[in-house]
Amino acid sequence: MFAEFELETPERLEEAVALLANGNGAATLPLAGGTNLIVDIRAKRVAPERLVSLNRIGELRGIRVSDGRIAIGGRTTVSDLLRSAEIARHGSSLVDSARVFGGQMVRNAATVAGNIACGSPAADLVPPLLSLDADVVLTGPSGSRTVPLAAYFTGYKTDVRRADELITEISWALPATKSVNRFYKLARRKGDAITITGVAVGLTVARGVCTKARIALGAVSPIALRAPGAEALIEGQAPTPALIDEAGRRAAEECRPIDDVRASADYRMHTVHVLTRRLLSEAWASLA
Amino acid sequence: MSREKIIVLEVNGRRHLKAFPAHRTLLEALRELGFFDVKCGCEKGDCGACAVLVDGEAVDSCLTLAWTVEGRAITTAAGLGTAENPHPLQDAYAKLGAVQCGYCTPGLIIASESLLRATSAPDDDDIRLALSGNLCRCTGYTKVFEAVKEVARGRAIGGRK
Repeated sequence: MFAEFELETPERLEEAVALLANGNGAATLPLAGGTNLIVDIRAKRVAPERLVSLNRIGELRGIRVSDGRIAIGGRTTVSDLLRSAEIARHGSSLVDSARVFGGQMVRNAATVAGNIACGSPAADLVPPLLSLDADVVLTGPSGSRTVPLAAYFTGYKTDVRRADELITEISWALPATKSVNRFYKLARRKGDAITITGVAVGLTVARGVCTKARIALGAVSPIALRAPGAEALIEGQAPTPALIDEAGRRAAEECRPIDDVRASADYRMHTVHVLTRRLLSEAWASLA
Repeated sequence: MSREKIIVLEVNGRRHLKAFPAHRTLLEALRELGFFDVKCGCEKGDCGACAVLVDGEAVDSCLTLAWTVEGRAITTAAGLGTAENPHPLQDAYAKLGAVQCGYCTPGLIIASESLLRATSAPDDDDIRLALSGNLCRCTGYTKVFEAVKEVARGRAIGGRK
């Protein structure tokens, strides 16, 4: 590759964090699957002096369930999600997303932390994780802190992660028994395509009413975000088709899409309405 | 100028010692070592022409830095089989017309093998999604899918490897 940089390949998390802490800010970047970062370096969008590869840090990869929560190590790959019975049980929207994520080689390399950290509003694991109320653990030289994913992004491709921190874990409370969690990616084709509109929905039901509604939208705002107004319409209700349609309309009002090569802003708002309505209807029908 | 380091790359069952700089991709390193079956295409993870197996899983070698796979088992399409002793996938691709210009073929063979190692009886959707990171401008994919299905059937009945 034309670009030149130094490369460190630490085997332990503490070494990686120390290397980033002594890394002169953006001149040193963490490297996980490389499916975004190497492409960005080649396209001259970033020019790091040094990369810290996380490839050999085994402790960052894996999925475990304990104390009512499921936790994913930051270096867990998209393919790891598809192989996990725990993810299938406790994060089905992630399976919907991982299945149509990039192509096979990208899924085998790309990581959960990398998909979040790249900051793209079209990052396909983010709406599912938002719909699951996921937390992100950031680990730096002075220890770890936990940030709700909903508070992680501060603007287009900006976030709360400091240059000397790594996303080491993503976790969420195990969903209630009577709940449904789905994601749909609208794109030109199922595989190897950038998302036009992504919608994740999570519904929990108790005694005939929806006790918790989550609606998260990707690729239709500067950041992936939840649609709290639409969620509030559904919560506490036994939603009728008319109310579900109203929630879809509200979700479309809560996003701020742009026109780009993949679709117009108007089309994106229309598809947020339609997809939110469709996912809510299917989710509610399967719970009733 | 990034520093060079002598690393060991284990390719197709043989160890290769060579000095590479930090920014050398696995694709570039493999071609420097003479593995010309690994092709350079888009260099951004869309075309799959550079796919190789790393510990049995297909990755794009253009997005992988050589230093990061030191000591891992790397397999190229030529490592799966040769013209004299082809791998069942190579055999099926040739017999069923899934090869035309051939440029994408090594990557498609690798992606197909990676699929079949993970999924013993893939359905049409599994095959399409597993090969969605491989572009082929000649075949239209139909014969590629037929070749993968043929080998999957063969493995299912315990016929061939």
